[in-house]
Amino acid sequence: MPERSLEHTLSVPETLLPDDLKRNVLLTTVDAVYNWARRRSMWPLTFGLACCALEMIAAGASRYDYGRLGMDIPRATPRQADLLILSGTITHKMAPQVLRVWEQMPEPKYALAMGACAISGGTFSSYAVVQGASQLMPIDIFVPGCPPRPEALINAFVKLHEMLLKQSVKTVEWYAKEPKA
Amino acid sequence: MSHDATLADLQAAFPDQVVEHPQGLDFTVVVLPDRLRELFLHLRDKAKLNYLSNLTVVDRPERFEVVYHLYSTIEPGPVFVVKVYLPDKESAHVPSAVPVWQSAYYQEREAFDMFGVVFDGHPGLTRLLLWEGFPGHPLRKDFVNRTYSFDEMGQTLPPEDQR
Repeated sequence: MPERSLEHTLSVPETLLPDDLKRNVLLTTVDAVYNWARRRSMWPLTFGLACCALEMIAAGASRYDYGRLGMDIPRATPRQADLLILSGTITHKMAPQVLRVWEQMPEPKYALAMGACAISGGTFSSYAVVQGASQLMPIDIFVPGCPPRPEALINAFVKLHEMLLKQSVKTVEWYAKEPKA
Repeated sequence: MSHDATLADLQAAFPDQVVEHPQGLDFTVVVLPDRLRELFLHLRDKAKLNYLSNLTVVDRPERFEVVYHLYSTIEPGPVFVVKVYLPDKESAHVPSAVPVWQSAYYQEREAFDMFGVVFDGHPGLTRLLLWEGFPGHPLRKDFVNRTYSFDEMGQTLPPEDQR
């Protein structure tokens, strides 16, 4: 599905509108407005797992500043967050807490695996480390690197926003009346 | 009391318990586990070694060694090392040092967690770092350090309505 920007949907043929509405009414789709708003206020959870968290913090600080993307309020509670950034090594000891935080987040929600450890366990092929966050939850986007630079993380946010714009309230799982079989 | 005097005193008080006095960087005494509680009380009260700074376990091919690092805050000096050899690796038991030195509490729990050595008389001997249900004792040499899936690890999650 092509990206539908708000501006694109505004180009309604003027002949469809009565004269008295021409300068007062904007036409668009629910998806476009909804995704437009959601994309510009995707709030990440304040949640650092390991050293990748420092790059995540750098990405949020003044030099890179992911606040430019509307993400400038890292939430302190999962109940207000849309995005879980798995920034670092997930140990087996930490895994139940990661799952717990994930399940406390209301839908629609997204998970981002940042760095080699969160993607595959990285260099830690040991008894203590979960070999990839995919064992715990569905991951929407993977950011490779050890650690990824802030630019890479911001690039991932941009990709995530592009993905989000292609979603429709008619097809996504979390608005379905019945869960998918 | 110097460590040499402490050793002479210990050998006089427990002639059959002190089995070895290896020479090394630190002052080391190897004792039997049978009368360990009395021996520790003797070291604490007579020799003024009132501070247990470190307690750990070494996994040798033929035995476990429990290592105690003792210091005195009354007469400060170098470390006094006590070792206990446990040749029965399948069921390694040693008396707990918690009644003598409180600082043994967490260190014995960690040693039990990592090596499976049981400290008899410990007031709450449960795993310290790992969780109940963890398969094995990871610092033993016979523990296979492979990767585990999340499901293998025996972690219990809270029920879904309580998360």
